[in-house]
Amino acid sequence: MKSLLQYLRGYKKECILGPLFKMLEACFDLTVPYVTALMIDQGIANHDTGRIGRYSVMLILLAMIGLSCSITAQFFAAKAAVGFATKLRHALFSHIETLSFDKVDQVGTSTLITRMTSDINQLQNGVNMAIRLFLRSPFIVFGAVICALMIDLKAALVFVAVIPLLAVVVFGIMGISMPLYKKVQQALDKVLESTRENLTGVRVIRAFHREEEEKQQYGKKNDTLASAQLFVGRIAALTNPVTYVMINLALVVLLQVSGIRVNVGALTQGEVVALVNYLSQILVELIKLANVIVVENKALACAARIESVLKKKSSLDIIEDKDTEQTANHVIPKVSFENVSLCYNESAEPSIENVNFEAMAGETIGIIGGTGSGKSSLIHMIPRFYDATKGTVRIDGKDVRTMPVEAVRQKIGIALQKAVLFKGTIKENLLWGNENATQQELDEAIEASQALEFIDKKENGLESVVEQGGRNLSGGQKQRLTVARALVRRPEILILDDSTSALDYATDAKLRSAIKHLSYHPTVFMVSQRTSSIRHADKILVLDDGQVVGIGTHDELLKNCEVYQEIHYSQYQKEEKRA
Amino acid sequence: MAEEKKTLKKVLRYIRKYLWLMILSMILAAVTVIFTLYLPILTGQAVDMMMDKGRVRFTDLHGILMKMVIAIAITGVAQWLMNILNNRVTYLVVRDIRKDAFEKIQKLPLKYLDAHPSGDIVSRIIADVDQFADGLLLGFTQAFTGVLTIVGTLLFMLRINVWITLVVVLVTPLSFFVAAFIAKKTHIMFQKQSETRGEQTGLINEMVENLSVVQAFGYEEKALQRFDVINDRLEKYSLRAIFFSSITNPSTRFVNNLVYAGVGITGALFAIHGRLSVGKLTTFLSYANQYTKPFNEISGVITELQNALTCAGRVFDLMEQEEEIPEDSKEHIDQCVGNVTIDHVDFSYVEDKPLIQDLHLSVKSGQRVAIVGPTGCGKTTIINLLMRFYDVNKGAIYIDGKDIRELSRKNLRSQYGMVLQETWLKDASVLENILFGREDATREEAIAAAKMSHAHSFIKRLPEGYDTILSENGENLSQGQRQLLSITRVILCKPSILILDEATSSIDTRTEIKIQNAFAKMMEGKTSFIVAHRLSTIQNADIILVMKDGKIIEQGNHEELLAKKGFYSELYMSQFAVD
Repeated sequence: MKSLLQYLRGYKKECILGPLFKMLEACFDLTVPYVTALMIDQGIANHDTGRIGRYSVMLILLAMIGLSCSITAQFFAAKAAVGFATKLRHALFSHIETLSFDKVDQVGTSTLITRMTSDINQLQNGVNMAIRLFLRSPFIVFGAVICALMIDLKAALVFVAVIPLLAVVVFGIMGISMPLYKKVQQALDKVLESTRENLTGVRVIRAFHREEEEKQQYGKKNDTLASAQLFVGRIAALTNPVTYVMINLALVVLLQVSGIRVNVGALTQGEVVALVNYLSQILVELIKLANVIVVENKALACAARIESVLKKKSSLDIIEDKDTEQTANHVIPKVSFENVSLCYNESAEPSIENVNFEAMAGETIGIIGGTGSGKSSLIHMIPRFYDATKGTVRIDGKDVRTMPVEAVRQKIGIALQKAVLFKGTIKENLLWGNENATQQELDEAIEASQALEFIDKKENGLESVVEQGGRNLSGGQKQRLTVARALVRRPEILILDDSTSALDYATDAKLRSAIKHLSYHPTVFMVSQRTSSIRHADKILVLDDGQVVGIGTHDELLKNCEVYQEIHYSQYQKEEKRA
Repeated sequence: MAEEKKTLKKVLRYIRKYLWLMILSMILAAVTVIFTLYLPILTGQAVDMMMDKGRVRFTDLHGILMKMVIAIAITGVAQWLMNILNNRVTYLVVRDIRKDAFEKIQKLPLKYLDAHPSGDIVSRIIADVDQFADGLLLGFTQAFTGVLTIVGTLLFMLRINVWITLVVVLVTPLSFFVAAFIAKKTHIMFQKQSETRGEQTGLINEMVENLSVVQAFGYEEKALQRFDVINDRLEKYSLRAIFFSSITNPSTRFVNNLVYAGVGITGALFAIHGRLSVGKLTTFLSYANQYTKPFNEISGVITELQNALTCAGRVFDLMEQEEEIPEDSKEHIDQCVGNVTIDHVDFSYVEDKPLIQDLHLSVKSGQRVAIVGPTGCGKTTIINLLMRFYDVNKGAIYIDGKDIRELSRKNLRSQYGMVLQETWLKDASVLENILFGREDATREEAIAAAKMSHAHSFIKRLPEGYDTILSENGENLSQGQRQLLSITRVILCKPSILILDEATSSIDTRTEIKIQNAFAKMMEGKTSFIVAHRLSTIQNADIILVMKDGKIIEQGNHEELLAKKGFYSELYMSQFAVD
């Protein structure tokens, strides 16, 4: 929570004035029983109608002042809480945007989204309640005790005895039941998981006619949840009755003691009434306090979770440029890998091991390999999605780690394996590549990516709406638009990560040809599973289990690379074997 | 309103089982209310026993205090038992509804499940059921207690003094109106708040889920700007919603204080004329203090009840969906030979959009049928029909000469082994997942199957081997590995008919060939249906169906189709297109 307090800093005034006004209101609340006592002892006892009237007016005035104080306090509390949440949300969002991929992988996107939404909302509620009640309730409890002590020391000893006892019982029950609620939550999560699993796997479950078993398994989880809830419920059900019994037994004792004190003349009847009132005020506030503590506990847990995200720092540091740039005896390659290895986490096997190659400006590099051979990992190191754990990746001869991430990515246009589009128009999506792209640049990109054909068919052309996640487009259409988006920025380096897999062969071929004839000749990295897509590349890297097992042209590799042959023949068996 | 009544009736059906518990709980609630209200009277009487110095009637006082102790004890016990009973009814009704809802899912046709996002159904079964149980059952007891308290207080007050009661009755409804007025005003703000929240969550989802694209295109700044625009709007609405709703408490408290002052002045005036004792005034004051509480609670409960009924409505809406056509198991097949006839079948998902029209095909036992064609042409639909996930609109499908609608679903589906592109794994161990289709198989058989599918080598390398627990939907495995597991699952079942729907699309072509060989061995003499977009996968098929727009446009084996020089050969040749 501590590091989050900085977001409250702008609301110092609200944080101080809010509780202060609450305490003012509490003071007025505390005077009410006293005024009532006076009304009884002086007004009724002396048959003084005038005094009764004056005291009543006083009660109404107190109520009005109390109301205005309270509303003022609520306003400050709301302002501080909402302002805090707004600032925190801004900070968290901009922080998440800077996280490097390995950190995002660690936390998981759905968790990040929960932190951004429900956790911050809970925290906002927590701050709001804290300002409103955290000081007020204890203040009233102690204030009531002090007022009672002022009225009569001996009678008030009952207060002094019962309050700690009550506190122990109430917080004791909370202490026992709260960890149990966690168990209930876990049981509920299991039921939820089971429901979701059953829905997503409905075809498989029905295909294997496992409905009955699924029902039984679900039934068990469901029963576990119910019995966990009942168990906690039994304990939590004690809270209210126990507080009620304790405070009212205290009332009985108070009345007994008061009787004795009145008899000796140390206490008046009106004062007894005041004492009784103070006792009931204490009860009300203790119950409120218990509720607030539950809210605050949840809020603190949320705060801790949010903090842990804020503490994660991007792992992409900029290192100092120590090595002398390779100088100009030979042409500097556009991109080069020198003994590059990559491990996603310390313990795991490296995903990329000791990779070396050079890509000259304007060359097309094909990358091929089986599932999980490290193709995507390899190209993700060029735009610094991940940094090499060993070795150096260079662009234009410079270690990428010496350049700011934005500067590196500026040079690169990339179409990722998962074709992602955003809600908006087609044009808006394409402008992600380059905000200031001219119409001509857009047209060029669309034509090269073979997207023109279907965009033209749309009623609104470039202004057609893309739904969330691109739902209203087919896989192939989405892929072509992501390629177009990468081309719009006229990148020096173009990376296509298996981003034409949903296209039929003819369109794929046209797209490749168009990219080859781009006017600005980018260096192209093309990842694919099919040899047809990369056979015309200047250089093909064959990956197997994270290692480069072959570099060369299609014809060279067919002659001397076993893995490449296997891949190729698995796709063209009849044709090529016959040949 | 009529709708709500209907829902309420359905809810009552679930409660009926626990009717006695409910009645008992209501009796206990009445006991609690009566004794709770009796206590202030006793307190008043006790106060009257201590008139002045030396005028305390201790014997009577002790009698009253004894009564108080008994009343407190009864209230405590009754309240505790009531809480337990309420918990019991709530949690058990929730359990029953969830169980029924889950069992309902097993019977719903895929038509419904495919059309409704699983998240929506999950939220009905989990969140809606919870909210409805909390709101309805707790709301009901609260409302019941509230009404009892109001009536009880009125009666008790009337017995003491009619005029003071009148003051209370006249002023108290003010608080009701104030609360209702504020609730009405804030409703719009809350609506705006939740709309804006929804909008913001949408943006967060989009940006965080696709952080890779955001970062690759350096869109962070712009995303933050868009976020801030919504965030600022949210701040404005939240502040209003929270502030205005938090006025309710102080306002009703203010009305309460007015009642208190009113009772004070009228009571005191009566007391002066000796028509009311100080003790009775105390009783009145404490009633005045509590009297607004049930009003506030009831007004809160009403909105909660409405909310709960809406939730219940959603749950029952799910539970009343039309079920699959009941089983008709006139016929039974033990182990089919594998003759499949699709007899002039028409089918469409949406009534006015015909998809499959007059599809006719007969497959002899042991034939391999491959289905190819562009996306959306109806390939997967054929599989949906074969498995009877959907029923044909016209025509019929026969297996071994028997109409599949005359077989039980279980009997029909046990003939097939199916692997889908979207792999689905259970939240259980690898072994349990493999045994999913045949629980009686041994570990050795499972391992043998895994070796056939080439899954053994990666399973071996998992931390716990075959006993590794797969996380949610197998996310600790790659897509390819998950497909291998689903294939193993089917291999173990030794089905008579094999259905592969893009089953190897995420597996590299080298492994694919190996798996195909395994399948070929296993399926010798058995019928199989293969949907694929990789043409290399299907060249060995006996029949290749080329589909377009729900119709079979070409049919034959690879060579025949190439010779035809039609759609298939065009598709096939495009693989070798030279750019």
